[in-house]
Parts: sequence; structure tokens; C-alpha cells
Amino acid sequence: MYEHLETAKNPDNLKRVIVDPVSRVEGHGKVSLLLDADNKIQQARLHIVEFRGFERFIQGRPYWELPVMVQRLCGICPVSHHLAAAKAIDQLVGVDPENLPMAAQKLRYLLHFGQVLQSHALHFFHLSSPDLLFGFESDINKRHIVAVLNEFPEIGVQGVKIRKFGQEVIRMVSGKRVHGTGAIAGGMNKSLSKAERDYLLADVDQIIEWSNASVALIKKVHCSNLPYYDQFGTIRSNFMGLIKPNGGLELYHGGLRVKNPKGEIILDQLDYCEYNDYIHEEVRSWSYMKFPYLLSLGKENGWYRVGPLARVNNCDSIDSPLAEAARVEFMAHGGEALVHSMLAYHWARLIEMLHCAEKIKELLNDSAITDTKPEDLVAKGEKRFEGIGVIEAPRGTLLHHYQVDENDIVTKANLIVSTTNNNMGMNESVRQVAAEYLSGRELTEPLLNNLEVAIRAYDPCLSCATHAVGKMPLELELIDAEGVVIDKLLKHSDGEIERAHV
Amino acid sequence: MSKTITIDGQVVPFEDGQTIMDAATAAGVYIPHLCHHPEYTPHGSCKLCTVKVNGRNCSACTFPALEGQEVLNDTPDLNADRQKITQMLFVEGNHFCPSCEKTGNCQLQGLAYHLNMLDNHFPHFYATRQVDASHPEVMIDHNRCIFCTLCVRASHETDGKDVFGISGRGLNKHLIINSPSGELKDTDISIDDAAVHICPTGAILIKRTGYQIPIGQRIYDHQQIDQVSLAREHHQDEQ
Repeated sequence: MYEHLETAKNPDNLKRVIVDPVSRVEGHGKVSLLLDADNKIQQARLHIVEFRGFERFIQGRPYWELPVMVQRLCGICPVSHHLAAAKAIDQLVGVDPENLPMAAQKLRYLLHFGQVLQSHALHFFHLSSPDLLFGFESDINKRHIVAVLNEFPEIGVQGVKIRKFGQEVIRMVSGKRVHGTGAIAGGMNKSLSKAERDYLLADVDQIIEWSNASVALIKKVHCSNLPYYDQFGTIRSNFMGLIKPNGGLELYHGGLRVKNPKGEIILDQLDYCEYNDYIHEEVRSWSYMKFPYLLSLGKENGWYRVGPLARVNNCDSIDSPLAEAARVEFMAHGGEALVHSMLAYHWARLIEMLHCAEKIKELLNDSAITDTKPEDLVAKGEKRFEGIGVIEAPRGTLLHHYQVDENDIVTKANLIVSTTNNNMGMNESVRQVAAEYLSGRELTEPLLNNLEVAIRAYDPCLSCATHAVGKMPLELELIDAEGVVIDKLLKHSDGEIERAHV
Repeated sequence: MSKTITIDGQVVPFEDGQTIMDAATAAGVYIPHLCHHPEYTPHGSCKLCTVKVNGRNCSACTFPALEGQEVLNDTPDLNADRQKITQMLFVEGNHFCPSCEKTGNCQLQGLAYHLNMLDNHFPHFYATRQVDASHPEVMIDHNRCIFCTLCVRASHETDGKDVFGISGRGLNKHLIINSPSGELKDTDISIDDAAVHICPTGAILIKRTGYQIPIGQRIYDHQQIDQVSLAREHHQDEQ
């Protein structure tokens, strides 16, 4: 692996190159590189430089505010936080997942499938497709969704409309496209009217068709660039995610499964409420994001990855026909037990998007989601003082853990968000790209985009709140061994590139 | 022949003993307000109902209607002042609408929308205020109290309990609880009390009921506060 590049042995007198911010990801992060006089990379790090503080300022608030307040962590996948918090507060009112009213559970699944669909569409089409369609080192003026819409209008429009459909599913279930309500302790606050259901049903077949075409597109892109796409950023790791009792792909509720890089199941059907016995987090001085690891394997070998690639690798099957067929084809591509290619994250992501579209149709045709009385949507139980909710957010396993006092006030909160689980994976991929593709070359802006492509494959939500599409201001400095700036590239917010006089 | 005043040029009849607010409400004319409620003794503290009566600023909820008054109500100047007052209410407390369970049902928020308030304008106080969740059924989030005294009046006049009071002056003004500990759990407040249901903001809440009303079915989701207020208070006048 590339851990030797985490910290340079003699950082003094090395050139320092900063990519700040990493663009077309959610949130704010930067990459720092240290190079020797021959441009050989000696150190590469992805730094997460935001601080949010949600875990602290929800203390002192009543628990029923949690799903609505904590979803403000993010504008892209607020539903994930909404549902993870809802699952946790279900437990606070004594309702375990198996006791949630069936109609409420199906509405939550519908909400979640809408969420994963729109988030995956956003990530693939709006954020990553410019890299994949135009090339990683393509003209910077092309690396945005508007250029995709210009040159591949059919693909671009489909992406926008798939995302819109997911947003509309969310709006019908939770009242708003972003930051609605919906899930309350023990259930849901409304079901769908027949008019709302019919509104969604009208478009769902088209969305399934487009999603299926998207899987074919990413497969074509991936397989047209072999072995490059199988090698770029590729590392080997453990994979973790929720799983159905029968080993099927699961996004809302299940046990935790971990596979090692050989594809062997090393943990299975774990009750996530006992996560603290299995997962610990390590702090490193150079990042605000923690590094989680499996206790049984230790800090060195216990790190793991989550998200679409982990889920599709981990599952034995997918319970929707088109996505299952795509999964079988995907798994065959690797030629071994697991697919390790980092860029296959995109492929796995679109298989999940197709799965969500299929499941949305299935749920819309289920009578349980329409016209259920409010009192039949909520279960009640005996008050508890601790609740843990885990779901598979678009970006991976998301954990919310709360404690409350006798007055229903939150006293302690712990959130392990999906991107945190991928911290080591992203850093390893950044180091791999730096070592294999950048080291020894004169650094240019297009070359540095390779680092961002590696980070983007994971679809990180670095702050779970802010978003950067396209032309983020960027400043690159090349500093020689004496500490003198010898080259400086500026990318302005209007996309213009300027070489500063130094 | 009944006595009349004019409000923005519209002739409005009144009966002796009515305030300008009473007469306006009965005639279907909305005057913005937060501390006023037709069932309780007027308090005149929020100043949102300030109107010009024959050129002078007066609180419509306390000022008696008198024959021949020329009242200005819905004017750009008065609404600009009302917007500033509302902005001051927002910065004085901690009103975080995005996560507040009263969103969509909150009169302060409804009024802010009605007055086209687009920002807080004034520097935020970031006041440190407490949440009293000690009672099993009812809680008070002091962050959202605007000192309208409706709970004080409802507890006294309807419930006969005097659970609430206002203490301190100016910036030190605060809502106090009438119990030896100062906590709600040691009062005789009950979930059925009028005082529990009268709060125009999200300060006094019934526990474990937040967000049960879906978006789209909340009070101000489809109607502005003027329509809601007139429909409710006009009807109450008729009773």
C-alpha cells in the first residue's frame, strides 16, 4: 500500500503543492503534496478542514427535534440524517425497527430510495460525469455539468431529470425536496395521497429506463479504458455495510457485514447497536476527520471502506431484477471475489441508482403507502434513555447515537458519518494516484485534477453541508527547496486560469 | 345611526367600549399584532398594532375607538416600522425556524413573512436562555419567548392559576414560573390549560408532539397570517 506517503521522513526543504479546495465534492477539503527536488512525491494527504459542531449544539434540545435539526448537516442527503436520527429516536420511545408500523416502514423506504436515487444521480451526472466523459485531464472549461449538457445533451438532461424525480419522491413523502419533515418518533407523520402516488407513478418507468441506460453507460466508459480504470486509485481494503438477513443489498435496516479484501466474510449480521464493541476511531493531528477502524483487526489493518462499492461487493444479491442482473455482470468484471477498482465506485453507484428506481415503483404500487390514517402510522412503547440509528446513506454507513435524560433532553450525541468511514480509503487512493501518476512529473492543473478524480469517486460529503459545483476558486503554488515560490497558478471563480508572476 | 371611524379611508362602525383593534377585526380589517388576543385584557406591549390616529401613533389594541377618528394602518411607513419591530424580536431571542417544531404554525414567523422580512437586519444578541423541560407534559423554551404575556393573562384569567409572570425590566425582562423551585414541574399547570395553548411562538410546547402535523397541513402553509387571524378573531367576536 501507500501508507509510507502519509508522513514524509524529512518534510523540511520539500516543495509543497496544495489543492485547495477540492472541487465538485460536497464540503471543503484540501490535498497537500510534498515533493523533493526531482518532483518525487514524498507525502500526500487529504485534509478535512471544516468543523461543524452538531454533536455539541444538539445537546440540551428535546429529542424529537433531532431528525429535523440534524438533517441540516447536509443539503444533498439530509434524508439520510433525518432517517438515521429517526431510527435512533424510535428507540427512545421504545419502538424497535421490527415494531415500526408496516406502512411507516414502507414510507421510510420510499423516502430513502428517493434520496439515494437523487444523490447518486447528482454525484454521477452533475459532479463526476465531466471527468468520465471528457477525460481526467481535459480542458478545465469543460469540467462541469453545463459542458456535459452542451456536448451530451441527452445524458445531461436524463441526469437532471433522474435527480428531479428523486427529489419529487422526497417532496411527496416529507413535504419538501430539501429539509422536510416526515419521520417522527415511532413512525411517520403522513402517508401518500393517491394523487401524490399517481404523480410519481407517471414518470417512474421512464426513470427506470434511464437508470438502466446509465448503468450501460458507465460500464461502457469503464470497460473502454482498461486496464487504466481498474488500476487508477485502486487499493485493497475491507468493506463494511448493512446487509439483509438473507445477505441481500440493504439500504435502510439490517445487520453489519464486513468482508476482507479476499472477499471472505469476517463479521456478519452484527447488531449495529453494539458498534462500540467493534469500531473505534483514531484521531490524527493533520485532519479534523477521524479515522475509524475495526477493533479486531487493529489500527493498521482494521480500516475499511463503505458506500456503493462496499455494498455491492458485500451483498449476495439485489432484490430487484434489473439491478441484480447488473450486479452479476459487475461482479464478473473483477475476475475475483470482489471488485477492487476504485473507479468502479461509479459503476456500483449507478447499479444502486437503478435498484432505487425499481424499488420506488414497487413501493408506489403497494397499497400500504396510500391513505393510511395518521394513528396507524405511529407506534408507541416504553421510554428508553439511549437510541442508536444506522442506515446506509448514499455515501455509506451512517451512525447516529444519542442519550437523553428523564426530561427528554439530549445529553450526549455521537455521529459517525459515511465519509468518515472512507477517510483512510480516500487518503490511500490519493497517495496511490500521487505516487503512480504524478510523482516525478511537472505538476499542472489538469494533472492535479487526477487527485480530485480519486477523491470524487468516493462521493465524499466533507462537511455534510456545503457544495461545490464546477468553478471553485483554486490556487496552486510550487515552492522550491529553498522555500521560494517558483510557480503559481490561480483559478478564479469565473473559471479563468491565470499564471501569476512570481 | 352607529358611530364610525375610518381606517385607511374605509368607514368602520364601532360600539362604545370597543378598541380600534376590536372595531377593525369586526369589520374584517387586519391590523398586525402578536400580544393581542380578543379573549384577554389588552396588553399593548408588542407595538406591532401601532396605527396613526389623527396623526399620532397609538396601539390599536388598547386605544378606544372614538367618533370621527381617522386611522392609518396599512401604510408603507407603519409596515416598515412593524418589520423593524419584528426583526428586533428575532434578534433578541434565539429563533431558529429551520428546526423549530412551531415552524408553519408560528405567529412570529407568519408575521415576519407577512411583513416581507427577509433578514434579521440587526446584530443578533445570542442571548443565553434556558429550556425548562422538567414537567412531564409541557416544556418552555425561553429562547423563543417574546414576552407577549399571553400565557400570563391566560393562566390568570382563564385557568385561575397564575403559573407565569414577567420579571425584570428592559433587557433583563424574562418569563418566570410561579413555583418555589422556579421550575415548571413544581407548578399546577396542566396540559389542558389555556396558557399551554396560547403561545404565539414556539416557547410553550406540549412535549413529544413536534412535527406531527405534516408540511402542507400547517396553519400558515396556504394562508397568510392576516387571513388566518381575521378568520379566527372575527369569528370569536361574533360569538
